Amino acid sequence: MILPALFFYLFASICVASAVMVIASRNPVHSVLFLILAFVNASGLFVLMGAEFLAMLLIVVYVGAVAVLFLFVIMMLDVDFTQLREGFIQYLPFGLVIGAIFLAELLLVAGGWVMNPNVTKSITAAIPTNVSNTEALGLVLYTKYIHYFQLAGMVLLVAMIGAIVLTLRHKVKVRRQDINVQNARNPELAMEVRKVATGQGLQDADAGSWVK
Amino acid sequence: MAEFWTSTLWPLIIMVAQSLLVLVVLLIAIAYILLADRKIWAAVQIRRGPNVVGPFGLLQSFADLLKFVLKEPVVPSSSNKGVFLLAPLVSCVLALAAWAVIPMDLGWVISDINVGVLYIFAISSLSVYGIIMAGWSSNSKYPFLSALRAAAQMVSYEVSIGFVIITVLLCVGSLNLTAIVAAQDSKWGILGWYWIPLFPMFVIFYVSALAETNRPPFDLVEAESELVAGFMTEYGSTPYLLFMLGEYVAIVTMCALATILFLGGWLSPIPFAPFTWVPGIIWFAIKVMFMFFLIAMAKAIVPRYRYDQLMRLGWKVFLPLSLAYVIIVAAVLQFGGLAPK
Repeated sequence: MILPALFFYLFASICVASAVMVIASRNPVHSVLFLILAFVNASGLFVLMGAEFLAMLLIVVYVGAVAVLFLFVIMMLDVDFTQLREGFIQYLPFGLVIGAIFLAELLLVAGGWVMNPNVTKSITAAIPTNVSNTEALGLVLYTKYIHYFQLAGMVLLVAMIGAIVLTLRHKVKVRRQDINVQNARNPELAMEVRKVATGQGLQDADAGSWVK
Repeated sequence: MAEFWTSTLWPLIIMVAQSLLVLVVLLIAIAYILLADRKIWAAVQIRRGPNVVGPFGLLQSFADLLKFVLKEPVVPSSSNKGVFLLAPLVSCVLALAAWAVIPMDLGWVISDINVGVLYIFAISSLSVYGIIMAGWSSNSKYPFLSALRAAAQMVSYEVSIGFVIITVLLCVGSLNLTAIVAAQDSKWGILGWYWIPLFPMFVIFYVSALAETNRPPFDLVEAESELVAGFMTEYGSTPYLLFMLGEYVAIVTMCALATILFLGGWLSPIPFAPFTWVPGIIWFAIKVMFMFFLIAMAKAIVPRYRYDQLMRLGWKVFLPLSLAYVIIVAAVLQFGGLAPK
């Protein structure tokens, strides 16, 4: 019992501390790195709760793909830190309001647990004992919730196509490469061996046929 | 107190001891795999390779280790120092962490978790951070360009590796690495392993593993003719050593993963008496070394890819191919009545 508790406090404290550092650190790249640390520790907490499949997905999807692209963009931005600081007071009221709403919601949830302990039991379905985590998820995701699953897939597909349509530009001047054309080239098509008379070189009259 | 000892402290001690054992054996194996890489490379080019330190150059890696460790680590003055020193640690620790779930024989595994494959996939997707952090914190042109290349390259090839893993999972019906090996255990021996029915996936996995670990011909991350030494340009001594170590451990991890997914892990290739007496760890090591030999030969033989061709291969060739194979495998399993229960 002691070991899981120890790891819980380890993961939880690092998670909270790095979440604080996400907003407290001066350098945006450090912020993203702390965000990644928070993600990894959150997945550690998932493992402790027995949701190992979710834990691994959190790392693969959020840390391995989303945060990489996030870091990618932030690294390439030329951020002026002093300018960022200037707007701080201006946005403070909005931040406070959003923070207050979150706090109220959290208190509501925690308060509900304290008042009526049965609330927690009603929201968690019984965990099946004889199937693994992954199997249990698959059993409901592809049967009971198949329509939601496909809907989510369609939304993502539309988002992906939308992003491609918005950014795809076919510039006229850019010379595009066709790999098949390149691979189909052979020495007979691409070059010509000529006998050049000594001391004369190639004549300008031939220029048209030099380059194919 | 006695209960605390048996329930908490003793398992903890055993776990630490197992981890240390795997770590030490792995690192010594890496020293010789590094040497083997150089020797194979040399043999292909009709050179001798390292042959001065120790008999046949067998102690070369340890001499290199001493040389790296005894030199002064130089940290560029304009670099982001914390991240700069963290980056090699990240890449080395993550590479080593993957070995926590790799079964080297029946039951020879530190942690036999249910989502073993996914864990390795997750850890290998994290390894890009070591490179990105190094590239950004060096505050220098070449490392930064290299980090951008690395991020794009590793994210691209992860997709096809993911699909390759899915085809194997469809055949096994479990994400547990021990179960994956057990599913390949049949009376056919080597012919019953997944490398025959899933051969196209085996090839895709091999090529994607090269790209994922930044090995030649996909080592554009450290292409010396364009980027000096890539993200490692500003590194020297021990931090550089950690990068090299992380790189080779990641390569061996990929070899071990290929062994487990396609080559039947610790199973004997010939499933009767004298061969089944050989300990599983020996077969496992032989298969891993065979995979590493393939990767080392690719380094020696194949010229470096161009970056746009690399991206084309990943997205336009491997992704549709592996996606199609996932669907074909799923259909065959479902309608052929072969699906695992």
